[in-house]
Amino acid sequence: MSEQKKIRVATCSLAGCFGCHMSFLDIDERLLQLLEHIEFDRTPLTDIKHCGPCDVGIIEGGVCNSENVHVLKEFRKNCKVLVAIGACAVNGGIPAVRNNIDLWECFQEVYHYGIGLKNGQIPNDPELPLPFDQVHPIYEVVKVDYFLPGCPPPADAIWKFLTDLLAGKTPKLEYETLHYD
Amino acid sequence: MSDNTINIDGQTVPFLPGQTIMEAAMAAEVYIPHLCHNPEFTPHGSCKLCTVSVNGRSAAACTMPAAAGQQILNNTEELNANRRALVQMLFVEGNHFCPFCEKSGNCQLQALGYYLGMMDPHYNHFYPARAVDGSHPDVLLDLNRCIMCELCVRASRDVDGKNVFGLTGRGIHTHITVNSPSGRLGDTNLAVSDKAAEVCPVGAIIKKRHGFAVPIGERLYDHKTIREVQTEAHK
Ligand code: SF4
Ligand code: SF4
Ligand code: FES
Repeated sequence: MSEQKKIRVATCSLAGCFGCHMSFLDIDERLLQLLEHIEFDRTPLTDIKHCGPCDVGIIEGGVCNSENVHVLKEFRKNCKVLVAIGACAVNGGIPAVRNNIDLWECFQEVYHYGIGLKNGQIPNDPELPLPFDQVHPIYEVVKVDYFLPGCPPPADAIWKFLTDLLAGKTPKLEYETLHYD
Repeated sequence: MSDNTINIDGQTVPFLPGQTIMEAAMAAEVYIPHLCHNPEFTPHGSCKLCTVSVNGRSAAACTMPAAAGQQILNNTEELNANRRALVQMLFVEGNHFCPFCEKSGNCQLQALGYYLGMMDPHYNHFYPARAVDGSHPDVLLDLNRCIMCELCVRASRDVDGKNVFGLTGRGIHTHITVNSPSGRLGDTNLAVSDKAAEVCPVGAIIKKRHGFAVPIGERLYDHKTIREVQTEAHK
């Protein structure tokens, strides 16, 4: 790990719940250690809107709408190494449970018939990204270099994964830190 | 070398006449990954996870009879890579969302994924439309997670003597059916104490009201690999 030039890292959450990002923050004070070697580009922690040239891009969440695809492609274009983190990025996860439900029926249930709803409206502002009929993992859209499954992956798994990666090694998880749940 | 031995990855393994390679290996505590095989039932030979190389040719260890002098390769990088691909295909052919599956941690498909180092399902997902049948008071049938191993069919027919389950369709359309006029599990004589209700290696047949009785983190494969668990079980 070079002291002069820091490794530039971008992260984002697509169709995810930010749980993977929370688990990332769970590495606690090791974050300070990490920050000696990395700097952040676009992440939920910075106010950078677009991903610029980076060494590592970390994507949480699958792809559920048109904006997700644009962001994902921007990451792929700019990041030397792209990492899928969490169950949703790896196989669609919980959002993909809607894949066999008609989108219109799904919206009706969420905005009209859901418990406690009255006079609901289905949002249709042109600014809103177009939802897809199905949610898919990111590797079905762009090439992904590494996968870190888990819902979310435990902080120790994220730490091991990142430190391996920053040391230029192929990340290797211990048996007990590799989880699909 | 005595007549009744085979060689698995350089290890001499004795066998009794009539034993399959899988049975001989299990008796010698040699682990051959398997999924549709369960030593309590007649071999089915459908998942091909147990594929080994016998004298240079591929064969399913659970159905192939052991024969004197067989030179068998089992735990090789190439065979395990093939097994990983099979597990990945099983994942994308169904709808496997481990984070909310009650079988997670006790599931053999998942445990094989861990054992074989599967980091992603690799193939494009089918997301097939499959039914969930909650009509039975004590047992849930969720075909999203079914891997068509036919263990429930074998258990119900051969142990319970009830024939509650059947397999129908061909190729990608193959699926488990319930043998009742309505096709619903609630209209069969399946009892929660039946072998068929507990034999499913994945989360397709689940006993109701047992959810999270054993917490995540304390389940069968949470700290031990499927290799360790199954080798100990067959001792
Ligand atoms: S059956 Fe197994 S692999 Fe499928 S969702 Fe449940 S735990 Fe995961
Ligand atoms: S329901 Fe379970 S036991 Fe029956 S075929 Fe499917 S996976 Fe096998
Ligand atoms: S275990 Fe032999 S084919 Fe499934």
